Amino acid sequence: MSDETPEFGTSDVAPGDEGSEAGIATYLVGLGLALLLTGVSFFIAKTHLVWGPSIPVALIVLAIAQMGVHLVFFLHITTGPDNANNVMALAFGVLIVLLLLTGSLWIMFHLNHNMMPMDQLMRMQR
Amino acid sequence: MLGKLSWAAVPFDQPIPMAASAVVGCLILGVLIWVVVKGRLPYLWNEWITSVDHKRIGVMYCLLAMVMLLRGFTDAIMMRSQQALAFQAPGYLPPEHYDQIFSAHGTLMIFFVAMPFVIGLMNFAVPLQLGIRDVAFPTLNSVGFWLTASGALLVNISLVIGEFSRATWLPYPPLSELAYSPGVGVDYYCWAIQISGIGTLISGVNLVTTVLKMHAPGMTYMRMPMFCWTTLAANLLIVAAFPILTATLAMLLLDRYLGFHFFTNEAGGNMMMFVNLIWAWGHPEVYILILPAFGIYSEVISTFSGKPLFGYRSMVIATMAICILAFMVWLHHFFTMGAGADVNGFFGIMTTIIAVPTGVKIFNWLFTMFAGRVVFSTALLWSLGFMITFVVGGMTGVLLAVPPADFVLHNSLFLVAHFHNVLIGGVLFGCFAGYNYWFPKAFGFRLHEGLGKAAFWCWTIGFYVAFMPLYVLGLEGMTRRMQHYDVPAWRPWLLIAALGAVIILVGIILQIVQLVASIRHREDLRDDTGDPWNGRSLEWATASPPPVFNFAVLPSVSGSDTYWDLKQRAIQQPAPSPEPDYNSVEMPRNSPTGFICAFFATMMGFALIWHIWWMAGVAIAGAFATFVVFAWRDRDDYIIPVETVARIDRENRASRTRALGRLGTAQ
Repeated sequence: MSDETPEFGTSDVAPGDEGSEAGIATYLVGLGLALLLTGVSFFIAKTHLVWGPSIPVALIVLAIAQMGVHLVFFLHITTGPDNANNVMALAFGVLIVLLLLTGSLWIMFHLNHNMMPMDQLMRMQR
Repeated sequence: MLGKLSWAAVPFDQPIPMAASAVVGCLILGVLIWVVVKGRLPYLWNEWITSVDHKRIGVMYCLLAMVMLLRGFTDAIMMRSQQALAFQAPGYLPPEHYDQIFSAHGTLMIFFVAMPFVIGLMNFAVPLQLGIRDVAFPTLNSVGFWLTASGALLVNISLVIGEFSRATWLPYPPLSELAYSPGVGVDYYCWAIQISGIGTLISGVNLVTTVLKMHAPGMTYMRMPMFCWTTLAANLLIVAAFPILTATLAMLLLDRYLGFHFFTNEAGGNMMMFVNLIWAWGHPEVYILILPAFGIYSEVISTFSGKPLFGYRSMVIATMAICILAFMVWLHHFFTMGAGADVNGFFGIMTTIIAVPTGVKIFNWLFTMFAGRVVFSTALLWSLGFMITFVVGGMTGVLLAVPPADFVLHNSLFLVAHFHNVLIGGVLFGCFAGYNYWFPKAFGFRLHEGLGKAAFWCWTIGFYVAFMPLYVLGLEGMTRRMQHYDVPAWRPWLLIAALGAVIILVGIILQIVQLVASIRHREDLRDDTGDPWNGRSLEWATASPPPVFNFAVLPSVSGSDTYWDLKQRAIQQPAPSPEPDYNSVEMPRNSPTGFICAFFATMMGFALIWHIWWMAGVAIAGAFATFVVFAWRDRDDYIIPVETVARIDRENRASRTRALGRLGTAQ
């Protein structure tokens, strides 16, 4: 369907469609950063260099950074005008995931909190 | 060798399923023999089963939906008659059978009637409205359809071999866990929904890509017909929500097959998490169904009022607002599960807020009709019936959104009446409107108007007679899913409701008669021009039925209501527009990939339900091999020569010029 390529939206690039000019270099940089972040995560998990309770927070930060590296270097999400659809799709996805996660956590916390303790329930049934 | 499967799985001792399946089996066998004897098998295989044409796939989706509607309605009328009889009596359906019937009714009506119907109409109409030749991924589209059909087949196989789920249309644990549902019923449900769910997801990806990326020249987003916008919103919701359903049911399957404890009573499982997750999919799902219907009403009302849609921009904003808000209200399905007041309050308010964009739409449709020359066709009647019925359903919905009221009405027949009010009055009426509206485009002749109107009146009156009593019964405290009851005050209302179901049955029979009569009198109802309704959007710019390539030359779009503007210019300047420069057209080749994939998917589902592990392995290997063969194909399109394109288009232009001449003399 070559003659049906719409004039509109042709400037958009699909993820991974950049062609070869992006080169292997960005992939190597991405791989290096990803490995570095992974290594730091393993290192920080059992280190005593930082305050103990901050370790989970550090792991979350590293995980988010890892996602960012994947998006930029492997999926080639950029802020350029040719990427509007990709960025919108990503934003929609992130919004839905956030709504679902925060909503579920909030709901489930409430539900568990309001559950009658088992011993009381047993006593009522008697 | 055959896992849990043995002759004991076939319910020889139960006359109702055996008789029903014997009739259906004879019917299918008869049709198959007729097809083979008449030598139509190659036609069926080449033109329909392996077709990747979006119009054919859309028609097949709608056909699947209509056949499944008959099955689902049979379940409905059995439930209504059981409740009419079962006053201080056991009725004629034993509890374990009755439970299967209401579970199958809900499952079929949502997943295999409403979903295929809206997806079929979107598949058929959206590429035509956008002025393009096909969807973004034609073969994937075929795979999606056949996987949906595969799920429907599995649900129907359960009628004869084994049993269906007794755990309702959303199998809440712990009832659906192995400890309380040891049979194969829940497994039938889960695998059927998993397989068809993947089909739906595929279709969603395909339609989102099509609407976002493929347009006729000049068709910007804000020039798209309303139906394309609602298709975009509904399919974004499919892409976002269906993975939640798949993941949730996968967890339930892990519980059932491999002894996991996601939702079990013991070992740290939490069944409330299932309810939370399934409704995080389930609420967007209702908007997946209703948004395309809103789009259909917009097209129908604006066409038959002879006016552009009132408040197009506000309609777009309302649609996209619903698309986001749909993900912020799911707790209202389980207010009574025990969340605190602030959680219930928040979700109650959000639910009330989501009624606002819907209200905006109702006013837009009213103002579209205002001061228009309204043609009361069958499609418009369905739209009018919808506007009144849906407002009633919406009001009771807002009532249920108030948590204290919900504590009284939860799980009662009031709720059943409410969601049938919005699903029948909203989604199903919309599908019927679309069916009457686009039928001439698909087949080249109109449906009989008189019979269509008669069917509409039976459906509408039957709906009110069948479901208004359920509101009363709900307020009188009758809970849903009761196999028998002892309260004398409920009896008269249930008898009225059963009468309503009979009136709806008459409506369905009239629809079948309408289809048969229209086919028999198709020459009288012929649509030569491709524009039987004086339409406004691009699907009416091509012939009925459209050629395989839809448009000989891609239309050039310079405003909204493209085809209407084109016609106005043509009426002012009666000289025929110059013949365009034709080019040869490349179209995707037909492929049996979808059918073969679905064959293996059905086999896998059946094998897993009955624990026939070797067969499941064979099926998975087969499906993978099909994928590999498709991925290594040499050619995926063929060329329609320029002479053929020109010949087909000249015929259409000639009949249009004649029609224009008639129009000119009439004025």
